[in-house]
Amino acid sequence: MMEKMIFGRYIPGNSFVHQLDPRSKLIFVFAFIIIVFLANNIVTYAILLAFTLFVILMSRIRLYFLVNGLKPVIFLMAFTFILHILMNKEGAVLLDLGFMKIHEEGLKQGIFISMRFLVLVFITSILTLTTSPISITDGLETLLNPLKKIKLPVHELALMMSISLRFIPTLMDETDKIMKAQMARGSDLSAGPLKDRLKAVVPLLVPLFVSAFKRAEDLATAMEVRGYRGGEGRTRYRQLKWDIKDTMSLVLLLAVAATLWLLRN
Amino acid sequence: MSEILSFNHITFSYTPENAEARKAVQDVSFSVNQGEWIAIVGHNGSGKSTMAKLMCGLLFPEQGEVRIKRDVLTEENLWEIRSQIGMVFQNPDNQFVGATVQDDVAFSLENNGVPYEEMVIRVKEALEQVKMEGFINHEPHHLSGGQKQRVAIAGALAMYPQILILDEATSMLDPQGREEVLKTVQALREKIGLTVLSITHDLEEALLADRVIFMNDGKKYAEGTPAEIFALGDQLVDFGLDLPFATKMTKLLQAQGVQLVGQHMTEEELVNDLWTSNFNK
Amino acid sequence: MDIKLQQVSYAYSKGTPFEKYALHDVELSIASGTYEAIIGHTGSGKSTILQHFNGLLKPSSGTVHIGDRVVEAGKKAKELKPIRQKVGIVFQFPEHQLFEETVLKDIMFGPMNFGVSEKDAEKRARELITLVGLPDNILEKSPFDLSGGQMRRVAIAGVLAMEPEVIVLDEPTAGLDPRGQKEIMDLFYTLHKEKGLTTILVTHSMEDAARYADRIAIMHEGKCVLTGEPRALFADSATLAKYRLEPPRVVRFQHKVEQMIGKKLSKVCLIEEELAEELGQAIREGRAEQ
Repeated sequence: MMEKMIFGRYIPGNSFVHQLDPRSKLIFVFAFIIIVFLANNIVTYAILLAFTLFVILMSRIRLYFLVNGLKPVIFLMAFTFILHILMNKEGAVLLDLGFMKIHEEGLKQGIFISMRFLVLVFITSILTLTTSPISITDGLETLLNPLKKIKLPVHELALMMSISLRFIPTLMDETDKIMKAQMARGSDLSAGPLKDRLKAVVPLLVPLFVSAFKRAEDLATAMEVRGYRGGEGRTRYRQLKWDIKDTMSLVLLLAVAATLWLLRN
Repeated sequence: MSEILSFNHITFSYTPENAEARKAVQDVSFSVNQGEWIAIVGHNGSGKSTMAKLMCGLLFPEQGEVRIKRDVLTEENLWEIRSQIGMVFQNPDNQFVGATVQDDVAFSLENNGVPYEEMVIRVKEALEQVKMEGFINHEPHHLSGGQKQRVAIAGALAMYPQILILDEATSMLDPQGREEVLKTVQALREKIGLTVLSITHDLEEALLADRVIFMNDGKKYAEGTPAEIFALGDQLVDFGLDLPFATKMTKLLQAQGVQLVGQHMTEEELVNDLWTSNFNK
Repeated sequence: MDIKLQQVSYAYSKGTPFEKYALHDVELSIASGTYEAIIGHTGSGKSTILQHFNGLLKPSSGTVHIGDRVVEAGKKAKELKPIRQKVGIVFQFPEHQLFEETVLKDIMFGPMNFGVSEKDAEKRARELITLVGLPDNILEKSPFDLSGGQMRRVAIAGVLAMEPEVIVLDEPTAGLDPRGQKEIMDLFYTLHKEKGLTTILVTHSMEDAARYADRIAIMHEGKCVLTGEPRALFADSATLAKYRLEPPRVVRFQHKVEQMIGKKLSKVCLIEEELAEELGQAIREGRAEQ
């Protein structure tokens, strides 16, 4: 199940989108989230969808992976769609099934809302699929840097985030290993009443915590010996480079926003 | 020969309030000279790793002093001294800080405020020295244990350290990984004359050293060249260690009545002795 | 209990862009009572194969027979629990699986999961703690207050307490000092002999494989490429090299000696003691001829 989830995973590549600076991609996504709300009729939604498909094309991520990997989210989308059809009683009746009527507005709103959902999920997935988590962290750190003035510990937060990211695969492996070791000792995580299942989690969680603490301790020691003592006086090895491509992509987004503004009702 | 690191009558206990309790390290003295390879050997719990912690100021001794070059290690000069010591720990996963190989190598440099342009040069150089330049953008979970340890060595080298301390750096590796790491360290010794202090219970690793310090129950039991230490024979085994292959083989052959001249530490020596003393007559 | 793998393949993350085959058409049978070593370099599929021995992983295709039970690709495995009771696995760094408040409770965890009564489980724990070389009074302590080597022994006792017929060992001595390594390996060997267990040792150490195993299987790039008796298998350095393996140190040394004296000894020696004896005899015969 978890293996099939594509959301939040990174697929290395060398496409136009891959090459963009994480800062421009982050700004792009945040701006896009707002811009989506500009669309309110068939034409504007069509433009939005076309633009999203264009971005997917530019990222060279196969649509099949996106759709396949986003199945759980698509289910949620279908649910909101049905909800809209059932609840919205405005406009002409399109279909009368006796026990329920489908109204024009209901259908329209249902389609629009699911479309909005779809493009948002696609665009944010494209961000995480084409940007390594560490680049996202770098981008966020730089973008949030001005907030240091109001005493937000930006450097520490970014370091915490990058270390957590770095240890996710390690801890996943560890969880898998401990789970298997306890299953081999007859512990059963997937059967029986809830009470038993909760009890079965203890043999998994205790060793996991013990090992995570041990790792944290080791890591802190290693960092200290390697001269880490806070953000003060540190230089940065990871440098971000803003390119003409980045400006271009934001200008393009602005153009799409302007078009949507002009064509909306 | 100039002295780089020394322990002068160091005593340390994890429970100083209890005077009766066994000391983790008791009255240990030794020194390391420029360009030497020193191995500290002993079974698990013999005080080896406590000594590593004392060397980089993670712990401070109850009695005695640790000197790096001529300076006594104190709270005041701690950071300055740490920048001169490269240290590689046992667990390859738990010391990899960066998201990728190059980020990890740069970590100490960043901490010490080295400018970006210089970092780029030093990271590249350090990775070439451990032959990991082809893995510059790899993430740690795609590397083998031996590769991660080589990256850790590169991270230390980037700081141009006075001394490289390997704290059981090979004990969690598979045989290939162990060989990779030891070959890397040997090559560095030859190329840049690096001073190495390795803490280990692997006696084949200790054989590579110029001098061996043999720890038992927190005390220095013996110190000498590998030949002198392995001449202790069964005493090593009694203290939870093993003998190098050639030494063990020599003893077994002698027990079979095969004539051999003295102890042997390498297979070549033993093969030659076998030939001259038994076949080539 | 015989274990038999037929055409077993296994893929991680099957059906995703991250799909990766770890095993390809593995054929392997291990007869009851055998001490089998599985060797291969890192990434050869050793640790994937071992998880098939008690149904922790189900093959993507192919069949695994464990005693009279069958785990087959595509079919829902019915009851895996009886298999897991009969096949105990000591994972690498098994001390990471300890979680109970006391050593006693931790050792009792396995057997009690399989329906052994509290009284019997405690009885087993008390017997086993001595067997693995720890003092009785350790039973009441927290496992987290012990040294690394002691924790390892407690974890091993926890697996033995299930009284498995087959015991699978994944690098059981990693990280221990030489004495610890020897004691643990000897412990398993004694158990193997005395209780007639089937023992499967997954290891990097050619020396351990040579010293203890009756049979050896070599894994390479997800395939089981070679099986045989240690003496025959280790004699052929050229074939081993193809799989990025080397014969054990003793055998390599024997080759050196043979090359120097220009003749072969009567057999390939697997342990130091054996080689010393062979060489001693060869030299005595040489002297007698002169």
